[in-house]
Amino acid sequence: MTLLDVTNLSLSIGAFPILRDVSLSVDPGEILAITGESGSGKSLTALTILRLLPNCTRLSGHLSLEGQDLLALSEEQMCDLRGHKIGMVFQEPMTALNPVQSIGDQVMETILLHSSATRTEAEAEARSLLDRVGLPADRFPLSRYPHELSGGQRQRVVIAMAIAMRPALLIADEPTTALDVTTQAQILDLLRDLVRDYGMGMIIITHDLAVVADMADHIVVMRKGEVVETGSTKQLLATRRHPYTQKLFAASNHQADLPPPVTTDPQSAPLLEVRNAVRDYPLPRKRLFAPAEHMRAVDHVSFALHRGERLGLVGESGCGKSTLTRAILGLEPLQGGEILLDGSPLSGKGLTAEQRRKMQVVFQDPFGSFNPRHKVARLITEPFHGVSDAPTGQDRDNRVAEALIAVGLNPEDADRYIHQFSGGQRQRIAIARALITRPELILFDEAVSALDVSVRAQILDLLAELCSAYGLSYLFISHDLHVVRSMTDRCLVMQKGQIVEHGQTEDLFSAPQHPYTKSLIAAAPVLPDLATGAA
Amino acid sequence: MPPIQLEIGNFSAFARDRWRPLWTRARRPPNLPLMGRYFAKRLLSLIVSLVVASWVIFFVIEIAPGDPASFMLGINAQPDTIAALRSELGLDEGKVTRYINWFTGMLQGDFGTSYTYRTPVAQMVADRLWVSLPLAIYALTLSTLIALPAGIYAAARRGKSGDIAVMGATQLGVAVPNFWFAMMLVLVFAINLRWFSAGGFVGWEAGPLAALHSLTLPAIALALPQAAILARVMRSALLDILGEDFIRTARAKGLSQRQALWRHGLRNALIPVLTIIGLQFSFLLAGAIIIEQVFYLPGLGRLVFQAISARDLIVVESVVMLLVFAVIMVNFLVDLTYALVDPRLRGRG
Repeated sequence: MTLLDVTNLSLSIGAFPILRDVSLSVDPGEILAITGESGSGKSLTALTILRLLPNCTRLSGHLSLEGQDLLALSEEQMCDLRGHKIGMVFQEPMTALNPVQSIGDQVMETILLHSSATRTEAEAEARSLLDRVGLPADRFPLSRYPHELSGGQRQRVVIAMAIAMRPALLIADEPTTALDVTTQAQILDLLRDLVRDYGMGMIIITHDLAVVADMADHIVVMRKGEVVETGSTKQLLATRRHPYTQKLFAASNHQADLPPPVTTDPQSAPLLEVRNAVRDYPLPRKRLFAPAEHMRAVDHVSFALHRGERLGLVGESGCGKSTLTRAILGLEPLQGGEILLDGSPLSGKGLTAEQRRKMQVVFQDPFGSFNPRHKVARLITEPFHGVSDAPTGQDRDNRVAEALIAVGLNPEDADRYIHQFSGGQRQRIAIARALITRPELILFDEAVSALDVSVRAQILDLLAELCSAYGLSYLFISHDLHVVRSMTDRCLVMQKGQIVEHGQTEDLFSAPQHPYTKSLIAAAPVLPDLATGAA
Repeated sequence: MPPIQLEIGNFSAFARDRWRPLWTRARRPPNLPLMGRYFAKRLLSLIVSLVVASWVIFFVIEIAPGDPASFMLGINAQPDTIAALRSELGLDEGKVTRYINWFTGMLQGDFGTSYTYRTPVAQMVADRLWVSLPLAIYALTLSTLIALPAGIYAAARRGKSGDIAVMGATQLGVAVPNFWFAMMLVLVFAINLRWFSAGGFVGWEAGPLAALHSLTLPAIALALPQAAILARVMRSALLDILGEDFIRTARAKGLSQRQALWRHGLRNALIPVLTIIGLQFSFLLAGAIIIEQVFYLPGLGRLVFQAISARDLIVVESVVMLLVFAVIMVNFLVDLTYALVDPRLRGRG
């Protein structure tokens, strides 16, 4: 019998239709992946199944679990069902747990809520659940608090809560998006094992097609609240009938058309040189008069970036790549070593005007990195503040227009506010802001990580165009191996503050030498070869 | 999961175990070395604040233009009277010596002698504290008892009529001046209904009930505006928390909206509420001057007011120091409560 049956489900909030005639079904033991870009309605489909919707929503269609009509149930009956028959795992493990309750209490709560267990029994059950999800008792007693755990460990706690009652259906909404690749691989393995062991049906919602291809038995592709294509994974990967599905897969596998790397004389002075850089953070003192201990975030890092070169820097969160980026930008003092930009050393007091002009940066979050009260013209001319010969008047307007045209926007956009732009357009504005001083080097700190695949493909194309048009050098910092592989000539791998491997990007990815590089590459899910459709 | 059988015969034990109140449940005992470090750091900061505050109070009065003795005596004073007062106040000695004498004196409970009343300041302050401190505690208790339920009620019914009514009432509570409200209380409960006396304090010798009875109207007058502010803070803190991801997780576990609010929302929303309660206590202790005036209560506020009018610098200096001490002490206690509420703070200082 079908476990979950959704037929012609429509949802509107106020006057806005959100989901239109969504139909899908899940069998026991089956993994169904719902995929699509942001705004496609995948998460709301999950919340609709749980009936955890905001007020003023209108629902129509059919929704049943094990033959029971969910739309006919009262809120009280739904409370009995949530957590009991349907478990849910959310995207953001850092905020999904109550910070002031121990993990044991939070797992026990599900058990106490849905069964007649005593606290002692619930405690024993919570213990065995945490053991099952890979949090053993000696290192993770029930009394631990969420802030004492890493993101991956917290996600394991959330999973333990979700499977506590052995639900018939488990819904995982982007369960690994916020995690590093190696952690992602472990969590996906765990989910797969749980589905197999308990015979649960599972819906996994993700925008990552490689994860989809790797995990799912069936795939549902959504766009703007509608299901555009559905089928078994093998068949859908092989045929990809709908143009949107084709576009999604093409964008995921996108290779930007980079100009050939400029061959520079290795004897010439590098544009950016990092020599034995060390950055220590003081740790809290253990005793009042004990000497302060340090955490070494960047540990004797050395590398050089030549003119016209695109250099990648990969590593997992906490490896020190952001600290290194900030040090290069002059935002972090070094405790040892030095950084030279075009031969001149960065002083501890920040960059000189000329260094500022030569080096710009694009950050990850296109929503948080702009002042919402300033117009675009003011936002993108901000780098001029640190530059000695900043243009004024008409000159300045011309430079704004030039930068906006270069990133594919209109000069008229200079007079608009940032909230009037989409995420992709904002990232274009961030690039325009970096271009305005006509720099030689641009740092991209996870600059495409927050973007949808199709937008990401466009931005990568734009970066390739700019690279050939202006002869720029890039330092590309990312945890996304696919993007780094497609955008860089040379690559550095960072672990625990040290560069553990470096080399030509293609060589490094096809024949990694260091065990850490190998584990990173092995953990990253890969889209199957679409030409043959083999998974 | 193995089905869990319930032994019928042991139901009361089961019920006791399962629904034991939150505070009696087995939890990890707070990490004592960590808590100890937090406590020590807070205590250190308390002492440093007190010492710095004493410098500021002492030296501000020092740098103020003119001679304290001639200031205290007014413009028509004779030079020999001023000289006599100067030596009486010890102004002939060096600043540092005087500061040390003043500070060590205070540590031993000697606040000096009031120039106007010719009585030890410590005695005067102690008398007033016996009115002001109970009044502040009484008012704060009332305000908390009113505000927390009202704020929680409004947050749970966001946008509905209950919320609108509570928010309207708090708006009124913030807007109405408390002396006017105090007069209305006197008019209704003292003059018309004759339930309370219109003013004055019977003293603790008349028994605690009688004393509290005579503090009731002032406490209500002080509490309501504070309750209005606190209820709004409680509501908005709770609404912020209700938008958090972990509330959604709790709902996905099967908790109803109300259960999620009580079990997961409340404790998280307490931090801003505790901060406001701390601030309000300090305010109630010293800022009750108008209410003390309306109800004719011999409190600290009136003492300061009278001392300033009489230019009695010794009293002003001592009372200000005492109030600073109270404010810093309350903040210290609030900091300790933070650590009890939020395990994340325990390791920090």
